[in-house]
Amino acid sequence: MLQIKCPWCGLRDETEYKYGGQAHVAYPEDPAALSDEEWAQYLFFRDNPKGPFAERWVHSGGCRKWFNAVRDTRTYEVLAVYTNNDPRPEISPEITATGVAAGGQ
Amino acid sequence: MADLTTLQGLRRSPLQDMAAELRNGSVQGDRAVLLREWPFLTMVNIRVEPGSETAGRIEGVLGASLPQQCGDVTGDGAHSVLWLGPDEWLVISQAAPESLVGSLQSAAEGGRAQIVDVSANRTVVEVTGPGAREVLEKGCPTDLHPRAFADNTAISTSLARVPVLLWKVDANTFRVMPRASLASYVGVWLLDAVAEFGPRASAVEGV
Ligand SMILES: [Zn+2]
Repeated sequence: MLQIKCPWCGLRDETEYKYGGQAHVAYPEDPAALSDEEWAQYLFFRDNPKGPFAERWVHSGGCRKWFNAVRDTRTYEVLAVYTNNDPRPEISPEITATGVAAGGQ
Repeated sequence: MADLTTLQGLRRSPLQDMAAELRNGSVQGDRAVLLREWPFLTMVNIRVEPGSETAGRIEGVLGASLPQQCGDVTGDGAHSVLWLGPDEWLVISQAAPESLVGSLQSAAEGGRAQIVDVSANRTVVEVTGPGAREVLEKGCPTDLHPRAFADNTAISTSLARVPVLLWKVDANTFRVMPRASLASYVGVWLLDAVAEFGPRASAVEGV
């Protein structure tokens, strides 16, 4: 069972959470000014990195708050959690390297 | 307008029909577990910015501070305040809901807060006795060992896969608070879960 640390409640089982996709996708300043292609890019296109990925999670089975997490998509290791008001944390190369190691070669 | 006391006499709690089953299905012995519903407690949901002036006035009415950390419960018995989120709390009280909600709403007036009577949202199932923790551990993913889950702690978690609030009053007293519509499911699950812990009360008393 994957455990995720809620910024407010601490470590809880993954089943208490729901996934919200990529974090830091800003709503367009002036949506009406966008072309159909730009609007589609905003709505449907997301990064799909192999490695650390900043994403949104909601603690629906607990405090019901949204927060962000950086998760290594190769290993499922959650490298950092932070509130929506915090900037995306810098993930140091060593942590990323640990993530690779934990994935098992 | 209908008389309030008449209406209160007519109301039915979510586990009213299971009262005898819970009593007779409780188990006795070294690992006794007693099951019973505590119906019609007043519950008020509060949302307000913690530390704000409005929050201070609300705390004045409650005679207790709004707990700041997950799990914390404050209050001296008249009203207990459970942490639900960084800006959300649940007051559990035996005071009449209309008077408590009324005074909380007056205290919040002019500020930014939400005070809602949610008394009918949940019921309380008390699980007491030396076997209480072990029974709950069968269906709750949270670590309930005393080293991780202290007395007078309340959290949102799940029991038998349905969301509940779980309030540990002391080592042998837990309050499980499911939504009204899930209460009978939780009741039936508990009746089954306690079976291995001792002889049923009905068998001992020859009911
Ligand atoms: Zn949480």
